[in-house]
Amino acid sequence: MSLFRKMALIIAAISVAVLSGCSGQEYNMREGVTEISREVYDLHMIVIWVCVVIGVITFGAMFYSMFAHRKSKNPNPAKFSHSTTVEIIWTVIPFIILIALSIPAVSLLIKMEDASNSELSVMVKGYQWKWEYKYIDGDDNLGNDVSFFSNLDQASRDLSNNAGSGFSGVEITDENYLLEVDNPLVIPVDTKVRFLVTADDVIHSFWVPDFSVKKDAIPGFINEVWTKVDEPGIYRGVCAELCGKDHGFMPIVVKVLPKEEYEAWYAEKVAEAEAGPDLNERTMSQLMAEGEVAYNKYCSSCHMPNGEGNGPFPSLVGTEMVTGEGTIEQHIDVVLNGVSGTAMQAFGNQLTEAEIAAIITYERNAWGNDTGDKVQPQEIHDIQNGGGE
Amino acid sequence: MADHKPKGISRWLFTTNHKDIGTMYLVFSFIMFLIGGAMAMVIRAELFQPGLQFVDPNFFNQMTTLHGLIMVFGAVMPATVGLANWLIPMMIGAPDMALPRMNNWSFWILPAAFGLLLSSLFMEGGAPNFGWTFYAPLSTTYGPPSTDFFIFGVHLMGISSIMGAINVIVTVFNMRAPGMTLMKMPLFVWTWLITAFLLVMVMPVLAGAVTMMLTDRHFGTSFFDAAGGGDPVLFQHVFWFFGHPEVYIMILPAFGIASAIIPTFARKKLFGYSSMVYATASIAFLSFIVWAHHMFTVGMPVKGELFFMIATMLIAVPTGVKVFNWIATMWQGSITYETPMLYALAFVILFTIGGFSGVMLAMTPVDWQYHDTYFVVAHFHYVLFPGAIFGTMAAVYYWLPKWTGRMYDEKLAKWHFWLSIVFVNLTFFPMHFSGLAGMQRRVPDYAIMFSDFNMMSSIGAFGLGLMQLLFAWILIKVCILEKGEKATDQVWEGAEGLEFTHMPSPAPYHTFDTPPKID
Repeated sequence: MSLFRKMALIIAAISVAVLSGCSGQEYNMREGVTEISREVYDLHMIVIWVCVVIGVITFGAMFYSMFAHRKSKNPNPAKFSHSTTVEIIWTVIPFIILIALSIPAVSLLIKMEDASNSELSVMVKGYQWKWEYKYIDGDDNLGNDVSFFSNLDQASRDLSNNAGSGFSGVEITDENYLLEVDNPLVIPVDTKVRFLVTADDVIHSFWVPDFSVKKDAIPGFINEVWTKVDEPGIYRGVCAELCGKDHGFMPIVVKVLPKEEYEAWYAEKVAEAEAGPDLNERTMSQLMAEGEVAYNKYCSSCHMPNGEGNGPFPSLVGTEMVTGEGTIEQHIDVVLNGVSGTAMQAFGNQLTEAEIAAIITYERNAWGNDTGDKVQPQEIHDIQNGGGE
Repeated sequence: MADHKPKGISRWLFTTNHKDIGTMYLVFSFIMFLIGGAMAMVIRAELFQPGLQFVDPNFFNQMTTLHGLIMVFGAVMPATVGLANWLIPMMIGAPDMALPRMNNWSFWILPAAFGLLLSSLFMEGGAPNFGWTFYAPLSTTYGPPSTDFFIFGVHLMGISSIMGAINVIVTVFNMRAPGMTLMKMPLFVWTWLITAFLLVMVMPVLAGAVTMMLTDRHFGTSFFDAAGGGDPVLFQHVFWFFGHPEVYIMILPAFGIASAIIPTFARKKLFGYSSMVYATASIAFLSFIVWAHHMFTVGMPVKGELFFMIATMLIAVPTGVKVFNWIATMWQGSITYETPMLYALAFVILFTIGGFSGVMLAMTPVDWQYHDTYFVVAHFHYVLFPGAIFGTMAAVYYWLPKWTGRMYDEKLAKWHFWLSIVFVNLTFFPMHFSGLAGMQRRVPDYAIMFSDFNMMSSIGAFGLGLMQLLFAWILIKVCILEKGEKATDQVWEGAEGLEFTHMPSPAPYHTFDTPPKID
């Protein structure tokens, strides 16, 4: 018994020490910033306390018996092995508790699944390994003017890759490490926003804990989920469904703005879209500089920063398609349209003409490929819009 | 009576003896347990602190995938089949399993199956990397070439499990000694009989799922591809129709083990025998109608979610009955705490904690926050490690003296137990917290707010890993070095059951050539 007591004390001491050392955010579900998320949190706390009470009673009886009915204290065991009454009691009581728990759960669930009367719809599309947000602005405008991709920020990616090796790694202190993106999703406060969640390649899952929103993004199907946020702010989430290599590197950042600010942001985005793409001619060094940035952002997680590829992802260094003569069209085609049945995506509708031109130029000239080939944004634009000329 | 058996390797290759086959299953599962455990060490080393320090994300995914597959199909399931082989004939007074040659085959398929699976680690493109649940289309269109070896491996494991299950069913129904009525069978036999029915019903469904994957990958079908008119969610329905009963396949035998061990060391009969049988059967039935609780976020109709939520919560009722019965068995008993009893009690307590988080996960609205986070990882490791695996360890300590004729080293075993308890909780309890705080599953790197809990989990996991080497040493001492006191025929003071009352220790190579008389 003394050994047992010691162990129990140690375990209790460790847990107290641990819990007192951190704030609730670090070990419990967060309350979040929507009516639904607070109700979810309340239900979560109710279930926890119900479990704690049942646990205390059950384990209390068990520990009492372990202590009081030891052989040294109770050398002659009782003979009973059956009692219909108590068996009925401990079947019925849990049943009643569960029914009682299910009542608030049922009504909350029905509320969560009701996405009707939303004021704004945003399509959320998962890709390996980024998100695309497309604003569907009422019935009269299905032009989807405003849409953009949201990638993990470069700082997190660099930190992750340069964290050293072994147990003596670099200490990472950035609070938003792996939780920061280049273009956050922007929505207005106090507005019922409906997310239409889908995916391009494999299953992803759109999760923003502060909204208590988690919905799988399934290729070929559209799921609906909604939120109505009370407070402006920046809220961070992650992809929750294993979606391949960089599953852990596709965060979600939602910027909730006051309504007027949101309107201003939206108008700016529309104006940007209407201005059309930047197709100005670029010099070789401009293309290489822009290409390096874009390559590291969109391509290097598979083809690696040194272009040498990794496992199933092919090397681009000295490869026929990248360095061979007259292969430029094929190279452009692969980048624009992807390779079906592989992880190589169609980047044609994800990146701007300028980015694609810069990436291809960069790939054909970096890492000693040195082909001297140059691709201009206009060429990409013509191929995308002229098709089969 | 002389045992005539071949010597050397051919004894093991050609054996039809249930004890030899049981031993092979147990040894095989322990080897797989160590391999799967080594992969867990890689995972925990990478998660020791934020950043990528040891492996790249693709290899990390291969580790999580193989860790899950090996632990489920290679460690837990074969271990319980090994126990069934050793114990069921001795418990029901039968001379052997009903189908001994098939028994040999169902074991020898396993090394081939896992050889195929493990060989994929050395192939171009790497091993399967889509998680042990292998959701389409990540495992079909996007799976590495080695996926086909995985599919073939799963088929073989399925064949092995189905044959093993058929053998148990036929043995229990046909080979019981006269007077051993169904309602007199030890609970371990009952839980295994029910497990066997689950196996024959769901393993073919798993085979169907991987076959559809195979044809999607190579023969132009589109079961799981929306572009061809299929549905990726169909995969999840088929998989979890297998997958949910599967979790009971892993835990029911442990229920039977606890029901054997607790009465022995409480020196009191099992409380509520018949309600234990009915509770097990109800759990098995319910396990067929709750599968979609693994899929609350796929976008099911709300009525479907309500059905699966309520059905799932109901499982707590029969499970509660079992826990209460175990406590009532101890009540006013005369309890001693040898290692098997310690493991059985730890099983009851820690499995119940896994049950509590199970009730929480069952509630759809809150499950949206728990789903695919470390909270789920904590939940299923609580029911599997201190659940199924502690159950198996309890069984090994309990019956080892009967199998080998020698007592294990009680002092070392106590160390093994107490340190395991500390490490298992240190590993898995913090996962509840990191999951609630928002850490998603299956990631090689994480935000810094999860650092402390991950470091604790990693330290616990390394300790837990070391404990298995201690376990191996305890077993080697008894089984190979043949050290330890001689066990009595009854082994434990309060032990009942034919294997303790009707045969010497160690159990001879052939037992019950003539059936015992049961009153």
